[in-house]
Amino acid sequence: MPLYLDANATEPLRPEAREAALVAMELLGNPSSVHAEGRAARRVLEEARARVAARFGGAARDVVLTSGGTEANALAIASLRRGRRVLAGATEHPAVLRAAEGAGVLPVLADGTLDLAALDRALGEGGPALVCLMVANNETGVIHPVAEAAALCRRHGALMHLDAVQAAGRIPLAFSGSGAESMAISGHKLGGPKGAGALLLRPGLELQPLIAGGGQERGRRGGTEALPAIAGLGAAAMVAEPTAALRLAALRDGIEAALGLPVAGEGAPRLPNTTCLVLPGIPAETAVIALDLEGVRVSAGAACSSGKVSRSPVLAAMGLGEEAGQAIRVSLPWNAPDDAPARFAAACRAVLERLRGRVPNGALPAVG
Amino acid sequence: MRILVAMSGGVDSSVVAGLLAEAGHEVIGATLQLYDHGAAVQKKGACCAGQDIHDARDVADRLGIPHYVLDRESRFRNAVIEDFASSYARGETPIPCVRCNQTVKFQDLVALARDLGCEALATGHYARRVEGPAGPELHRAADPARDQSYFLFATTRDQLAFARFPLGDMPDKAAVRREAVRLGLAVAEKPDSQDICFVPEGRYHDLVAKLRPEAAESGEIVDEAGRVLGRHAGLARYTVGQARGLGLPGAAGLRVAALDAARGRVVVAPAAAIPVPEVPVGEVNWLIDPPTTPFAATAKFRAREVPQPVTAAWNTEGGILVVRPEHPVISAPGQGCVLYDGDRVLGGGFIRASRRATAPDPVDSSAPAA
Repeated sequence: MPLYLDANATEPLRPEAREAALVAMELLGNPSSVHAEGRAARRVLEEARARVAARFGGAARDVVLTSGGTEANALAIASLRRGRRVLAGATEHPAVLRAAEGAGVLPVLADGTLDLAALDRALGEGGPALVCLMVANNETGVIHPVAEAAALCRRHGALMHLDAVQAAGRIPLAFSGSGAESMAISGHKLGGPKGAGALLLRPGLELQPLIAGGGQERGRRGGTEALPAIAGLGAAAMVAEPTAALRLAALRDGIEAALGLPVAGEGAPRLPNTTCLVLPGIPAETAVIALDLEGVRVSAGAACSSGKVSRSPVLAAMGLGEEAGQAIRVSLPWNAPDDAPARFAAACRAVLERLRGRVPNGALPAVG
Repeated sequence: MRILVAMSGGVDSSVVAGLLAEAGHEVIGATLQLYDHGAAVQKKGACCAGQDIHDARDVADRLGIPHYVLDRESRFRNAVIEDFASSYARGETPIPCVRCNQTVKFQDLVALARDLGCEALATGHYARRVEGPAGPELHRAADPARDQSYFLFATTRDQLAFARFPLGDMPDKAAVRREAVRLGLAVAEKPDSQDICFVPEGRYHDLVAKLRPEAAESGEIVDEAGRVLGRHAGLARYTVGQARGLGLPGAAGLRVAALDAARGRVVVAPAAAIPVPEVPVGEVNWLIDPPTTPFAATAKFRAREVPQPVTAAWNTEGGILVVRPEHPVISAPGQGCVLYDGDRVLGGGFIRASRRATAPDPVDSSAPAA
């Protein structure tokens, strides 16, 4: 039985989300249709929207349902950046960086958290800005000081967009009151099906659609909604409880304690389910493949659609040198088994043992 | 056993993976991402991975084997592409496929295979690995038209011991394609790869000019006495023995005799004067115990030629192999010289410049008298 520890890539489907998606899949109607079947589909759509709003703080009418986190980020940034310069955190996900092309880079501290002093300076050095910031990082789990960043934005008259794809469901998160204009979430990172996400908007915020189409989503996102995935997103949002994540934190701590390897971003506040372990002297690519062959699923760096593993820009931005290519991300899913630390440590030891003789000058640390 | 298969996405390595999986081995597919495909074809928005990588992954899916894409862009750039350009800048004619086999493929993939607990590395090369009395031997492929043993001369004995070439005994390419069809592989009819992989359109001059501008600078064409006969368009456009592209009106029959990188000159000579009686060879890799006395063998001085009889003498201290063909040969520095005993590869190295290859400075009548 494989040990799946790659939740930050995608969470296992939650039973509640599966059930909701299956029910939605049986619905005949198009949510935009006038007739009874259309209205039945619309009810499911609006219920999912309401659940997202209730769960993450906001009004249902200000929730735009999308194909996922990437689209939600792109939709927000494309509109908000008009007439503004864009500033983006150095460790942002490509979904944000590509949408914010040409953005000024906001450095992070060695622990991976946003450098607030640098943000303050950057905001003071030019015209109206849009700041794009992730709530928590996908590779390290490091949680940024969002409230402090929002206060700085407010002081300088800057807008803020939050990418909460990894944070949603794992830590307490309230969009209303965050001070941000918009916040993106992803369905499958909550344990819903792949193919749905949402963008939460400040009340009254107008958006230009990326896809105009038939004017769905109040004209903010054309195209017939992916009802099964969206229904699953709504259901997953209701059951992805940060309190349950405390169990994951204990497992995560168990993994870190078992191996005694350096942890990227260790000193910073982090997501309960994520640890980024440095394997000195071992290419992350080799470690990920070797662990896969041992039945343990983890990841490293930024995976391209081809599947190639590259040196992590996130870790490089934190000032790591060689180690940026020698770190693996272990991210526990909501249903991680209680013996995950023991099983992970055993597989990791087996791999490290085999590699031990092959790493120059004993660069490999002794493991637990 | 657990075997790592280097899968290029072509029909050959796909069939290797298929045959080994069919034979019950635990096959792990690995595809090297060697350069940014999107940048190489200069198409904005093109994926960094070429179609070959997608093909390899599709084949692995079809076979039900794990498959990984390995990012070797910087390694390939340093070990192969930079070397390719530098070789031109030195007045040589590089052979990047040998460098790639030597570094990215065998050195690195054998190491990775061992890291992953594999017992062998299999590739789609057309060559045979034969268990001999003194260990594994490298032999020419059964199909002479496909034989790639020349490109494998830099494989070390340790690497050879770990390597497997399941296609070496295939009678011809058609047989390999039939196997691909039988295995249900979509790449069965895929055309053979052409040219140098990292210059898809075959236009390598731009790349060389970017990396080593001096190799693209024009300069003098001189004869062996140093007389200036014309101008050339950059050393990278010439190779020893070349007749075309010299642009020397009224000088028919002249060919490139040498590329004098130090002075940026192309040295030409009559065709009959181009072949040399002796070829120095460096960076030699032996697949036998290094011979202590001169010995008879056959040798190839370029990829596409029939091995010809030679006498070879190995100077251990100088690290230079001196190969004397029965009849003078055209030898281009940078190309490989591979020694054979019948079908068996004995060793090989990179051809160095012959001593005769440089011409004296031209007489400069405008120089002030001392």
